[in-house]
Amino acid sequence: MKPILLSLALLVCAGQASAGDVQVAVAANFTEPAKAIAAAFQKKTGHTVTQSFGPSGGFYSQIQHGAPFEVFLSADAERPTRLEAEGLGVKGTRFVYAFGTLVLWSAKPGFVDNQGAVLKGRYDHLAIADPAAAPYGVAAVETLKKLGLYDQVAPKIVKGTSIAQAYSFVSTGSAELGFVALSQVINEKGGSRWVVPKTYYTPVDQQAILLKPGVKDPAAKAYLDFLRSPPAIAIIKSYGYEVK
Amino acid sequence: MTGLGDAIIVTINLAAVTTVCLVVLATPLAWWLSRGHGLVRDVVTAVVALPVVLPPTVLGFYLLVAMGPNSPLMVVLQPFGVRTLNFTFAGLVIGSILYSLPFAVQPIRNAFEAIGALPFEVAATLRASPWDAFWSVALPQARKGFLTAALLVFAHTVGEFGVVLMIGGAIPGKTEVVSIRIFQLVEQLNFAGAHWLAGGLLVFAFVVLLALLVIERRIGRAVRD
Repeated sequence: MKPILLSLALLVCAGQASAGDVQVAVAANFTEPAKAIAAAFQKKTGHTVTQSFGPSGGFYSQIQHGAPFEVFLSADAERPTRLEAEGLGVKGTRFVYAFGTLVLWSAKPGFVDNQGAVLKGRYDHLAIADPAAAPYGVAAVETLKKLGLYDQVAPKIVKGTSIAQAYSFVSTGSAELGFVALSQVINEKGGSRWVVPKTYYTPVDQQAILLKPGVKDPAAKAYLDFLRSPPAIAIIKSYGYEVK
Repeated sequence: MTGLGDAIIVTINLAAVTTVCLVVLATPLAWWLSRGHGLVRDVVTAVVALPVVLPPTVLGFYLLVAMGPNSPLMVVLQPFGVRTLNFTFAGLVIGSILYSLPFAVQPIRNAFEAIGALPFEVAATLRASPWDAFWSVALPQARKGFLTAALLVFAHTVGEFGVVLMIGGAIPGKTEVVSIRIFQLVEQLNFAGAHWLAGGLLVFAFVVLLALLVIERRIGRAVRD
């Protein structure tokens, strides 16, 4: 498999060798703010941004196998830390760009109460992101365990490959409710929600890191600088994340 | 590695149920298609062949919507306490039936067509009703087609991924199949586990294809003799 992936990676590199383009792997929960940030970045610097959206676990695995991403916006701290240790990420470029917030959400108005008591009630399916690949899935499982409901609720859990699929399960109504990222529903007027207290789960400290393929690309460095600048932070906060 | 057995059992169950349903459903369809030509039959043939060329995501997307609680199809089932067929084994069976339909219809249709008109004319002169001729002439003569269809559908369903990914929800013991499990193992960087399952599927697929070739030769000879 490795040579195939490698040659594919080379092909992609060759196709986009033009200067001033940054290839960014973005954790699914950060999709909307990342698009807004890319637009602002492009406007300010003239560099373009090519973004891929998916589960952090999936990206980590791809990066290990030669994916050509220059910057990785993970949904956790663990994967960027590991990439740095493995030499696939550039030392000293890692930082927390956002703290994520978990929300229990339903497309049905009045379904989710502001205590999460609905979890004990009647429903068929509770959507979460796959905890093996997505930190928001881990946070969801921690919350259920904290509430002492995990064993009771486990048979009703449906797993999306990323937080984006979990959200789509809930928004189509196929799952009555689900744990999603606040950023996904912040601009959603309808439905009902419970913002899970931060004490219920380990903080989702989302880290960014510069990857080896981007080490010589000034656009990649510029992107990371921009991500830390006040205009980007304003965008990030507007989607319900905390920035410290 | 927990739940590996569950995933294998769900996969085999899904493939077996799909195979039985599809052979039953595909037989009358293949029979009708083999009994003539015309625009209507061409249109139906093209529709049946669609899953071969469509990305599984297209099928998965339509199924996700069609089997969701807001779909008119589901409104019919709601009085019976069924809110959605997504994330259920029944939903996966429906998805698999659509996904593997061409692999059942095509071999059976070919087998029916290969019989030709003569045996049926003979049956008619022996005063066999068309119904009788279908059971005592068409089905036995087309047995190779049925065997091929069953094997292909079973193997194709075991190899299904995209549709299940979109409508399954990966519920252990219910909708989590082997191909999904491999995907998860890779995302978890459990390459040892992924190797075992992927290798197993590889051997399985090879054995099925080899069996198809052997059956084709044996039955082909038996029919000629």
